[in-house]
Amino acid sequence: MSCWETIADYGLRSLGIGERLLPRDNFTLCQQVTLIGSGMLWNIYFGVLALMSGFFLATAVALGKAARNPLVRKPSEWFIFVFRGSPLFIQFFFAYFLFLSLKGVSPIFDPFSAAWLGALIVLFLNTAAYSGEIFYGALLSIPKGDMEAADAYGFSGLARFRKITWPTMLRLAWPAYTNEAIFLFHATTLVYFSGFPAWRQQGDALYYASYFADKTFNPFVPYPILAGYFILLTLVVISLFGLINRRLNRHLPQHGRARLRIRPNLIR
Amino acid sequence: MFGFCTDPSSLDGLAWLACYLTTGKHMAIYWSVGTVLLLLAISAPVALAFGFGAAAAARSRFLPLAWLGKAYIAIVRGVPDIAFFLFFVIALDQAFEWLRHKVKCPDWDQPIRQGNDFVVCADAKLPLGNAAQWVHEVYGFSLAVLTFSIVFGAFAANVLYGAMRAVPRAQLETAEAYGMSPRQSFWRILVPQMWVYALPGLSNLWMVLIKATPLLFLLGVEDIVYWARELGGAKTARFTDYPHPDWRMWYFFALLVFYLGFTKLSEVFLDRLMARLTHGQATTGGEAQRKAA
Repeated sequence: MSCWETIADYGLRSLGIGERLLPRDNFTLCQQVTLIGSGMLWNIYFGVLALMSGFFLATAVALGKAARNPLVRKPSEWFIFVFRGSPLFIQFFFAYFLFLSLKGVSPIFDPFSAAWLGALIVLFLNTAAYSGEIFYGALLSIPKGDMEAADAYGFSGLARFRKITWPTMLRLAWPAYTNEAIFLFHATTLVYFSGFPAWRQQGDALYYASYFADKTFNPFVPYPILAGYFILLTLVVISLFGLINRRLNRHLPQHGRARLRIRPNLIR
Repeated sequence: MFGFCTDPSSLDGLAWLACYLTTGKHMAIYWSVGTVLLLLAISAPVALAFGFGAAAAARSRFLPLAWLGKAYIAIVRGVPDIAFFLFFVIALDQAFEWLRHKVKCPDWDQPIRQGNDFVVCADAKLPLGNAAQWVHEVYGFSLAVLTFSIVFGAFAANVLYGAMRAVPRAQLETAEAYGMSPRQSFWRILVPQMWVYALPGLSNLWMVLIKATPLLFLLGVEDIVYWARELGGAKTARFTDYPHPDWRMWYFFALLVFYLGFTKLSEVFLDRLMARLTHGQATTGGEAQRKAA
């Protein structure tokens, strides 16, 4: 069987398209690269959707934490504390069993105990808490002069937020937010190891990598393949966020631009 | 545990719960909290030592050593850590067995990788096939500790390397002017001064280490996650005196609260430590303290 046939059979296996049975023995390098790459689709799906939806909640939570009214501030503080203070792994487990018991209450909750929705919700809330804290920090470090200048120009209310506060907050938070995005993509690998079942063996990249490692008892092939894919993904994220960073900083003098410092190295 | 627990079917309410939470199986989950603390207690200093070694190596003027240090720092970045956890546990196990195999059975002529099997001679098996159960558990746990130390050592190296570079250059130049050798200025000037720069990064790392401990479950250690799944699952009256429906949600809720308390406690402690260390330092933090006083 040639490598092209393998790609045709297994390229979209993680979505349930193509060959139904996973290869069982005589694993070729091509099979491993194809299946692990096919699993990456799930990592990208979780990462991109959680990041895009989490962004809005994060902005809201950051503003809430900076608010003076304790009715808004306290819930935001608790939200951030709960999701940043506990391990994501335990959050996944708890959410899975929570959705599982809600299933008994009403059939509306059926899709929630599947990974594609349940895990996405956990990741969404988690990244909203982490980026909310980043945005909150940026909100506090907006230069006082900027706000005074806005006042002097007669900006107030929503216009001041939309034109001055929010862009400055994003600009200041962007390097840290880039790291957060990279962590989030790394965190997506936890999904299928934390209760959420891989339905019909449709799992993410790490699911297939550990499948191969278990079957061949040789960790030295599948895990480096996975690492290669993730390094590629990280580079793509860095370059996309770098483009946005350039746009956010386009009004600053060229040499004084904050360069993105990437330190993607922590789990949660 | 308690005297009134002898006949579970006669109990109800809080008494039932008190008896239920003190069964032999539940003692195992309380002990596994000890496992988590033991993992933290061992792997935090070992990781710090690894990190310190790697950061010092990365600064070395001997190029291959510097490359080795930098490669160690760089390689754990950019790849999900959980992949490293899964990788190192098998890889370290096989590496140890392979080394023992080379030493103990030099006249073995078959290949070690036969198809999908990893075959070493019986003497080289780790732990030995006839070893007691506790030896297997200790071996599994020490593999996990080593894995944690390697991965977190790289993070610590990253933090310490940055901290070493944050020490003002003038301090080192002054040391040179006083005629200190590089070794002397490293140990007497750089190392004592770098900690205040390293502490924010290291305390963040400590939080991350706490939050990484549930991953022990994936490394095959019977930790709190394992027991929460085991004990929380639905139990029928046929198998136990304490039948109950699926309570895994509540067990994981308890774990969530446990971790929240643990990180909160660490945060309070680390804030105090930071306040102490910045006292009298020529940093913005130290200046703010001086003004407030």
